[in-house]
Amino acid sequence: MTDKEKVKEKVVLVNEEGIRTDGRKVTDLRPIKLEVGVLGNADGSAYIEMGKNKILAAVYGPREAHPRHLALPDKALLRCRYHMAPFSVEERKSPAPSRREIELSMVVRKALEPAVFLEKFPRTSIDIFIEVLQADGGTRCAGVTVAALALADAGIPMRDLVVACAAGKAGDKMVVDLNDVEDKEGDADVPVAYLPSFDAVSLLQMDGQLTTEEFQQAVSMALEGCKQIHVVQKEALKAKYQSIKEAVEVSEEE
Amino acid sequence: MTSIMVSRIRQQQIAQLVADGKRLDGRGLKDYRPIQLESGLIQKAEGSARVRLGKTEVLVGVKIDFGEPFSDRPNEGVLTTNAEFVPLASPEFEAGPPGEESIELARIVDRGIRESKCLDLEKLCIIPGKKVIVVFVDVYVLNHDGNLVDASTLAATAALMNTKIFKYTVKGEEVVKKPGFTPLPLKEIPVSVTFASISGKLVVDPWLDEEEVMDARLTMTYTKEDKICAIQKGGAGTLSPQEIVEAAAIAKEKTAENRKILVKS
Repeated sequence: MTDKEKVKEKVVLVNEEGIRTDGRKVTDLRPIKLEVGVLGNADGSAYIEMGKNKILAAVYGPREAHPRHLALPDKALLRCRYHMAPFSVEERKSPAPSRREIELSMVVRKALEPAVFLEKFPRTSIDIFIEVLQADGGTRCAGVTVAALALADAGIPMRDLVVACAAGKAGDKMVVDLNDVEDKEGDADVPVAYLPSFDAVSLLQMDGQLTTEEFQQAVSMALEGCKQIHVVQKEALKAKYQSIKEAVEVSEEE
Repeated sequence: MTSIMVSRIRQQQIAQLVADGKRLDGRGLKDYRPIQLESGLIQKAEGSARVRLGKTEVLVGVKIDFGEPFSDRPNEGVLTTNAEFVPLASPEFEAGPPGEESIELARIVDRGIRESKCLDLEKLCIIPGKKVIVVFVDVYVLNHDGNLVDASTLAATAALMNTKIFKYTVKGEEVVKKPGFTPLPLKEIPVSVTFASISGKLVVDPWLDEEEVMDARLTMTYTKEDKICAIQKGGAGTLSPQEIVEAAAIAKEKTAENRKILVKS
């Protein structure tokens, strides 16, 4: 046995009391911090911290589509770039977009697209930029959650606030919201994006191995996580306007 | 997947038929188009297979080479999967660097092979941390008539089953090829099933016109032991949690059927 395998065997992802490496129970989410309207130039922006994940999202648009020939006659062009900073992971990541990032940009865009009233803005583009500043597992889900808030902050009309959460199997237990170690050493990961008002799933992927029953359990755990995050998401959006309201009230008193 | 224009009247017809449980080409909702599989047609490649799924045609070639392992997996061989949307396959395909759709296709096929542990990568290690066998799986789309994912996964798995590695000896740090071949160490046979969601119904193996109409696409890959090893939802629409559960049950049944085609070959 090599040293690496020895190290691997030592990692207990879920102990006998059902406690995970970061002290959570199997059904616990990581602590979430969401903030809306964090960047000056963007039409909409948001920031999420979920565990050690730190992700910024910005939205520009609706604006004139560039290059122009990409513009669509009947709806807005929705574009999305998911990108990881070179310093966001253990070993420096080349800043050039990897194949993984290109795929994730696509699935994140398609997770958000059903919620956006694109037909309201023909011939324009709406551009979403997601920058992962620090990655800790589950970045695509956190990316969807934070990008939905940035879209809302940009004032783009939406049918719903899309939210995402993963569930999976680690240390032979079904767990929600996998962290980096559980993602890498665990058995399976099922990221899910969800439109709560429509009970509709707009992103679904899986790697690892699960039985059909375990998969069903993972989906329902992920949806439960989505519902919990959705509450925090709505509060974060309200908090921005609450702070504006308070600032206005203070200035009126003066 | 691509945006070939399908007239609106035809789109409505397809959607209406599916709502009534029928399809324009006469298939049932859970029926595949005829599948033809041929292995070993490229002699210069270590492994190859061509799949015809209705009019969709995909050729997969496997090339083997020596290379360096990834630094985080010093004891494992390397698998790389690539997909080319060759311009001869569709009026919508253009020459140039891979687009997001061909990258997605390659990554779905790769995920099925990798996560099912089909390839025994540890057996492909020659000198730990220094020299390993690299397996290149190149998916070549020859004719695009929908459901490239299933055609490609089937062809890729068949090509790996058909692959022979040259024998070699290790002299110090050098690896020298020897005459003779051994088969690739395989442990699994991953098979995928792809659905299109049209008019709120799930349709198996969508052809190109159905892909134009579909709201969402869903691929599920199963192992021999009926475990799910890869999932990808595609398309800009949504699926209900019930549809996902339903899809998993159909996929289990359909992958078992399609696996027989591979085992027979």
